[in-house]
Amino acid sequence: MTTADLKGAETVGDPAANENVGHAAGAAPVAAQAALDGADTTAAPELEDEALVLPGEASPARAALNRGARKRSFELGDHPRPKSDIEEWRFTPLRRFAPLFEDVATDDREGDSALEYDVTVPTGAPEPATLAPGEAPRGTALVPEDLPTAIASARTEQALHLVAPKNAELTEPFRVEITGRGADRRGNAHIVLETKESSTATFVLNHTGSAQYAQNVEMLVGDNSRMTVITLQEWDDDALHIATHHARVGRDAKIKHIVVSLGGSAVRVNAIGEFAAPGGEIEDLGLYFSDEDQFLEHRLFVDHAAPNCTSDVAYKGALQGKKARSVWVGDVLIRKEAEGTNTYELNRNLLLTEGARADSVPNLEIETGEIEGAGHAAATGRFDDEQLFYLRARGIPENEARRLVVRGFFAELIQRIDVPEIRERLSASIEAELSRSMN
Amino acid sequence: MSILEIKNLHATVETPEGTKEILKGVDLTIKAGETHAIMGPNGSGKSTLAYAIAGHPKYSITEGELTLDGENVLEMSIDERARAGLFLAMQYPVEVPGVTVSNFLRTAKTAIDGEAPALRTWVKDVKSAMGDLRMDPVFAERNVNEGFSGGEKKRHEILQMQLLNPGIAILDETDSGLDVDALRTVSEGVNRAKETTDVGIMLITHYTRILQYVTPDFVHVFVNGQIAEQGGPELAERLENEGYDRYLVGARS
Repeated sequence: MTTADLKGAETVGDPAANENVGHAAGAAPVAAQAALDGADTTAAPELEDEALVLPGEASPARAALNRGARKRSFELGDHPRPKSDIEEWRFTPLRRFAPLFEDVATDDREGDSALEYDVTVPTGAPEPATLAPGEAPRGTALVPEDLPTAIASARTEQALHLVAPKNAELTEPFRVEITGRGADRRGNAHIVLETKESSTATFVLNHTGSAQYAQNVEMLVGDNSRMTVITLQEWDDDALHIATHHARVGRDAKIKHIVVSLGGSAVRVNAIGEFAAPGGEIEDLGLYFSDEDQFLEHRLFVDHAAPNCTSDVAYKGALQGKKARSVWVGDVLIRKEAEGTNTYELNRNLLLTEGARADSVPNLEIETGEIEGAGHAAATGRFDDEQLFYLRARGIPENEARRLVVRGFFAELIQRIDVPEIRERLSASIEAELSRSMN
Repeated sequence: MSILEIKNLHATVETPEGTKEILKGVDLTIKAGETHAIMGPNGSGKSTLAYAIAGHPKYSITEGELTLDGENVLEMSIDERARAGLFLAMQYPVEVPGVTVSNFLRTAKTAIDGEAPALRTWVKDVKSAMGDLRMDPVFAERNVNEGFSGGEKKRHEILQMQLLNPGIAILDETDSGLDVDALRTVSEGVNRAKETTDVGIMLITHYTRILQYVTPDFVHVFVNGQIAEQGGPELAERLENEGYDRYLVGARS
């Protein structure tokens, strides 16, 4: 059976036609509802865009998409300096990220490194090792596609290498606590995470403090293995962070990749997942909360290069405060050979206040008709006044009602994080984000 | 012993065509234990009356008074009104994704009472109230109004009324769109609240059908933003036979 379930397609070319988050029906009588709708659409600060390319279609979107053909190289000279007319940088505030486009070494000083790495390895796993450039498996999956990634790779002499051995079932996660020692200090990093054949492991990367951080995370998901990666951006308010994650998923293997961005001044995470063999599964989850003046960008690319693989993407973000910004771009490519693909991607944004802006762009490129299913949905909604009214009409004070709605908005995603301690911490962090603006 | 007093209430709403007056001087007093049916044609402003009392931000009160037990309701926020003892069962209850019914009910009860309900009795109360309304216990773990049928939404509204125990309850077209079984269940819920508590009820309805199950003490005919006529239950019978045409002709002339 072949289906192309294109939810959200009705919003093409009509940036005002956004559904309300939660599909809440208006509770007010009709006359008032009309008035409310009018006010809502004209003031809507959101923007949506989407592109879909089907086989044999000569679309101008194709050149812009064509995600699989992007140049991959370790040479710095092969990558242009990011500019706003380059598709993959068009939403990014380049001046803000400019320090990360400079080819500069990590700012380690005598007895005082720019970033500290505290690594905990679970029982049953070997001690952390390192990999020099060109030393496999480093560089077998992640080959830089842009300048900051190439710099981070070239400027990292020894990449941290964490491995789950063959057949190992590691219940405790690997933990990497990464602490920045100053907003003016540059850090470059390359981290290699590996689950060998038929193993199971979870890796938690937690970022706190502040830095100007260019980071690559390379994930080798061995045949029939299960890898979970959770990266938490809990930076201080002045941190800059560009991260490129690249996963190569083996036969019958599964990766669950979770990105949580709450802190930092400007954070951009580009998560690439590529299927190297049939039967693989990618679950990409993301959760972000953008505050006043904060820029959070999440890009992902799922490369269906093998048959009978499944990908499921769900990112949700809340924004509050003036110039709170978020960008989500989800590229899914189903190559000619990827028959039997099943893919779905979703992005939802919740604008809690005026003056925030969320961009959401799902791109789906399909080169074969022989797929199980492909769909996407993207929606940006303002905080629903009718939900608020309903809860307050039951005696619940406004701030608590807002909390309830935002908690509910994220609940389904948080439930999908299998590490209880992270779930709890995340709930607490969201509470903290909310209480910042609601007192 | 609650008393809701509405005096010469005027309310407007902003529309693309400008400000529109919807309530044009409403006078009505509802006392504890009384049931008032507000009946009227579509667009007469009955629902606006309900939402204006509950404090929906889309309506501006331009004139008149609204008091609950002598306290000025117009100065209260939406949630203060609810905590003061007002309850509005909505015609179109809103979905709240990710918030379970059980969490919602407990949060609301805690807000209304000012303290969390004792866990053991609360769980029992919820269970028995749900049983009374023939609601499946799995309902408690579903998200508020998400995927509920029309009848389920209305039962859920009455469930809240039963658990929150308001002084004055406004039921906005709770009967609309229900099949007979659901209507009977919902009506039983209302009658149970009347028997076991001292709640005063404003029953807003377009149809006379629910009055076969819930007997009003007073019937008010609402036309063009005002109460056009009032009487006892016999007035409902007259409406049943004659419809609203008589009033509409009068309103136009």
